[in-house]
Amino acid sequence: MDKITITIDGVEIEAKPGQTILEAALAAGIYIPHLCYHSDLVPGGHCRVCTVEVNGKFTSACTMPVQDGMIIRNNAEDINRERRKIIEMLFVEGNHFCPFCEKSGDCELQALAYRLGMLTPMLPYLYKQIEVDASHPDVYIDRNRCVLCGRCVRASRDIDKKYVFGFENRGINKKIALNSMNGLGETNLSKDDKAASICPTGCIVVKRVGYSKPFGTRLYDKEPIGSDIEKKRK
Amino acid sequence: MSTGYEEAIREIVEKYGKDSRRLMDIAIEVQERFGYISEEMMKNIGDALGIPLVKVRDTVSFYSFFKREPGGKNVIRICNSVVEKLNGMDKIVEAFEKETGAQINGVSGDGEFELRYTPCIGMSDQPPSALINGIPVTKISPSEVKHIVDNIKKGRYSREKASDAISWVDKNIRQPGPVVFAPMEKGKAIRAALNMSPEDVINEVTNARLRGRGGAGFPTGMKWSFCRKAKGEAHYIICNADEGEPGTFKDRTILTEVPDLVFEGMTVAGYAIGATEGYMYLRGEYIYLKDYLEQVLERRRELGLLGKNICGKEGFNFDIRIQVGAGAYVCGEESALIESLEGSRGAPRDRPPYPVTSGYMNQPTAVNNVETLCCAARILEKGAEWFASMGTKDSTGTKLLSVSGDCERPGVYELEYGITIDKLLEVVGANDAQAVQVGGPSGTCVAPKDFGRKICFEELPTGGSVMIFNSKRNLLWIVREFIEFFIEESCGWCAPCRVGTTMLARKLDKILAGKGSQVDLKELEELANTVKKMSRCGLGQSAPNPILTTLKNFKALYEELCKAEDYIPPFDYEKAIAAGIEIAGREPVVEEE
Repeated sequence: MDKITITIDGVEIEAKPGQTILEAALAAGIYIPHLCYHSDLVPGGHCRVCTVEVNGKFTSACTMPVQDGMIIRNNAEDINRERRKIIEMLFVEGNHFCPFCEKSGDCELQALAYRLGMLTPMLPYLYKQIEVDASHPDVYIDRNRCVLCGRCVRASRDIDKKYVFGFENRGINKKIALNSMNGLGETNLSKDDKAASICPTGCIVVKRVGYSKPFGTRLYDKEPIGSDIEKKRK
Repeated sequence: MSTGYEEAIREIVEKYGKDSRRLMDIAIEVQERFGYISEEMMKNIGDALGIPLVKVRDTVSFYSFFKREPGGKNVIRICNSVVEKLNGMDKIVEAFEKETGAQINGVSGDGEFELRYTPCIGMSDQPPSALINGIPVTKISPSEVKHIVDNIKKGRYSREKASDAISWVDKNIRQPGPVVFAPMEKGKAIRAALNMSPEDVINEVTNARLRGRGGAGFPTGMKWSFCRKAKGEAHYIICNADEGEPGTFKDRTILTEVPDLVFEGMTVAGYAIGATEGYMYLRGEYIYLKDYLEQVLERRRELGLLGKNICGKEGFNFDIRIQVGAGAYVCGEESALIESLEGSRGAPRDRPPYPVTSGYMNQPTAVNNVETLCCAARILEKGAEWFASMGTKDSTGTKLLSVSGDCERPGVYELEYGITIDKLLEVVGANDAQAVQVGGPSGTCVAPKDFGRKICFEELPTGGSVMIFNSKRNLLWIVREFIEFFIEESCGWCAPCRVGTTMLARKLDKILAGKGSQVDLKELEELANTVKKMSRCGLGQSAPNPILTTLKNFKALYEELCKAEDYIPPFDYEKAIAAGIEIAGREPVVEEE
């Protein structure tokens, strides 16, 4: 196949045909902040955190296929400011209480907020009233912490082949729905399913293991999110 | 626990060939039968189609016309578009509340009536208006509401009688032009096309320099050419009759007055791109036109203008199906429309791939606006040169403008591209315009200093909506209304549009409440730019336009409200802690500086 070369922030990297900008960047050790993307899933294009500027136009890196000669701006202050704004929006849309969330330290939303330099959301909170569903014996879903990344939907549909999760409603009322009329306990979700462990936040959590790893020793406690990617280049 | 619907649902699903792509039709029919679609019914639909409940609910919960809980037997949806509000909507709501006994957003005690709001139903030229069981009623005066409600009780507004509305909705064609509203001979454009090769048909359209009439202005010939060349098992042509931009209603008039021209254009397009199937996606608000359009299609089949070997051309087979929507502005976006046509929620797709290579059923698909297809038919009939002789260099032909708001003669105007706003205002009888909203909420709010600008792709593009606001109107209130529209219509797929539109409203509310400062003004603009830059589709990317274009053209209105240099908190501190003081029984200790 043809060799494709793209330039990200002045660095030329090689990419394979069919790759997206995000895949090519991550493979080459360049971190593009992202949230709804997961390497095991088809891209969703929901969060827009991975937005980059390609030949002068903004687009999501997770969905845009590479083309030879693309000039991409990624780690720039103006773009990171917009990304930070999106993270802020997600914080005020839900009810995120990091200090007592069992996902703290392993949470990608929290880690992105740190990496992008968000101190506190400057936007008004929506204070939605949201119920927690603990009806399943092994997994609970707390939509207060949902960022509607749709990872669970894609994982359940494409990997587990179960359709446990889906979407419901539209706009600001959109939420994660279940393939049941009476809560998660009525679905055929298993704690070993991909969908049970792919949530980037503390929305879908396997029960009884949340605190097995102490705070301070977790994934993003020592290094910012993306450090593992960037080490590939050093 | 059989409640009698299982059998009916099975029948409905079977009627649509147990095809999950027909979920919209199935849901519409189930609702027509039972008044709403319960969780149990959705489960039944899913079981009959062989798809999970969560997928059925995903679709049903997306569209505003689908009800998941029982409501009133008769549903009255009062249009709350800006022009309707400025022309007596409140009085109508009051009258309906009085006559039906239902509160707005509620159901009457006897279960007979349900009152709802709905965004623009394409009747801004004859406000105030409402959809009664899907049937439009326009120019409603408060005094006639009692009569209307009596008629509802008599069954005057039932699905079978929907087509009657065509006779009482005003056509309001104020100025017919040579392209769309000119006499036509059925089959003439098709026969002209069939005498040429498909490639030459595309060349003719390309030479006419026809551009899409929905607003974006993509060259039609290029679209058809891409689509024809794309490899696939089948090619599809879709007519986008989902005109949802507030203030536009020109497609309503086309569909009632010259439906044959639209179908003619679709057939020509079908021949050009190599399609045997065409779809018209008709917005749910225009469901009253469906039976009428089906009759037109039937007549065309009888005349040999649809079906097998059209006009005697061996091997050219083509037919059209009408798909009705159910209340979702975003379905006007072509990839969202395709999702809806496949029975899913109307969430736009990521591009690339574009529909011309991977559209309906992932096959090459050309999606064209109603008006564009009319133009294409005329080009085949009268030639590219004739068409290109009208308009401007980059905007050939005529444009239908839906003019509403503060003017003497609201209605549809077919005018050559290149007309200035000044001239247009003169034609429609508006001599006190404070602002002209060109292209609907997603377009531009034009100030008098720019009334010399022309309506065309080079200067002021529009899908057709032109709303005029006189000097007495509160422009920032209108901006706030437009933002509310986008909040309601955001599909919610991506974060910046889903959350950002609500954030814009909060910020505007703060400013409108007199709590704005210079800081807020700066933050409003930044936030608007975030939503514009970061959103996934055209809806989100244009949702901040009401703010951005008024910030540009009417900055003084904002500055008047944001004189404070220091930040003013959005809430009242004293009020916020009052309850706490009451409970604690003491005032808080304020630290001395």
